[in-house]
Amino acid sequence: MNWLIDFFSNPANWSGPGGIPVRLLEHLEFSVVALLMAAAVAIPLGLWAGHTGRGSLVVVVSANAARALPTLGILVLVVLIVGVGSTWPVLIPLVLLAVPPILVNTYEGVRGVDPDLRDAAYGMGLRGPQVLFRVKVPVALPLMLLGLRLAAIQVVATATVAAYVGLGGLGRFIMDGLATKNYTITIGGAFLVVVLALAAQAGFTLLSRVAVSPGVRRAR
Amino acid sequence: MGDEPLVRWDWIWRNWDTGRPDSILALLESHVVMAFLPVLFGLLLALPLGLASARWRWLYQPTVSVMNVVYSLPSIAVFIVMLAVTGLGQATVIVPLTFYSLAILIPAVVDGLTSIPDHVRKSAVAMGFTPLRRLVRVELPLAVPVVLAGLRVATVSSISLVSVGALIGQGGLGYLFIDGWQRQFTTPIVVGVVATVLLAVIADGLLVLAQRLLTPWRRA
Repeated sequence: MNWLIDFFSNPANWSGPGGIPVRLLEHLEFSVVALLMAAAVAIPLGLWAGHTGRGSLVVVVSANAARALPTLGILVLVVLIVGVGSTWPVLIPLVLLAVPPILVNTYEGVRGVDPDLRDAAYGMGLRGPQVLFRVKVPVALPLMLLGLRLAAIQVVATATVAAYVGLGGLGRFIMDGLATKNYTITIGGAFLVVVLALAAQAGFTLLSRVAVSPGVRRAR
Repeated sequence: MGDEPLVRWDWIWRNWDTGRPDSILALLESHVVMAFLPVLFGLLLALPLGLASARWRWLYQPTVSVMNVVYSLPSIAVFIVMLAVTGLGQATVIVPLTFYSLAILIPAVVDGLTSIPDHVRKSAVAMGFTPLRRLVRVELPLAVPVVLAGLRVATVSSISLVSVGALIGQGGLGYLFIDGWQRQFTTPIVVGVVATVLLAVIADGLLVLAQRLLTPWRRA
């Protein structure tokens, strides 16, 4: 506890290019961009596979295999191949990390929609895409948001490894503290990551309160 | 990168089994130990905790909230904090990974037990099953598919997370990432990534096989 107070009460940790606000913004930038990129790939793919029932085996198998990819290994490999200097090498492992939970939950959510509901929608004269976007997506939304939430937490927690290859973000505090055996900084950095992850979690919980239709929520 | 190939095959043959702790085989072995023990411990702890949460519903929400917080802790930071407690050893990695496994497995056990239809439970009571026998002979077997789904995610995540431990000197195959990064040499990194993914695919396949054996009624 004293370590945390030391870390946050030290004015040197708050200012300059290595200060808490800058590192926090860098961390947020990695995380948000990676999450958006992953969602842009995983949500359409999950919707399509869940709606048409095609490629479901591919979705499940590839998502499980992607979960096994060690983030640290992918990161150092990408950086060695393309070179240091830009931010985007760190995005590749983070996107790979975020895709599986979003993809699987979107797919399961859409596929799990009650067939009676789907048939009723077709019976009312809705076409394929209308059934998907007006009926299936609203019903699948809680599960889709769960996938996004899990992905966000993992991305925020894992973006710390970016610091290992010399990039910024809150991982800098963790790695620098480790390298200089100044554990006050390490613990402080870790604390900030946890706070950020919990904030992401709270944000998505709030979002699901607002975005999920009251009818769907009551049925659960 | 110049003329350096992505993989130097002769390096792999030379380092496959040198008898030293940094040979590929030795790293693989310690990786397996550090990845599977947490899942095993996690399962052993998740069963009673999940049973309690399924039995007394008011326990569930607090348990899940705590586990959500655990899940959002960045693994590298937890490893560092553990260093102070356990010193440098495999336990430094095994203990935190046990908690990550728990975070995945407790909801799986609870979902598995609560997904059992009420009429099945009532039939078992009507047939004269005592609560303990009902649990062992009816409820646990029926919960197997959901629990195993959680176990697959926990196992694969654990295998991929171990490598982060390399940053504190206990990472199994993760050592290859650090080694490759420090020498700017891609071969060990590729070997580490491929071996990790293969390990995960094999473990996942074994769990799928286990599910088929444990739930013979699903094959009919």
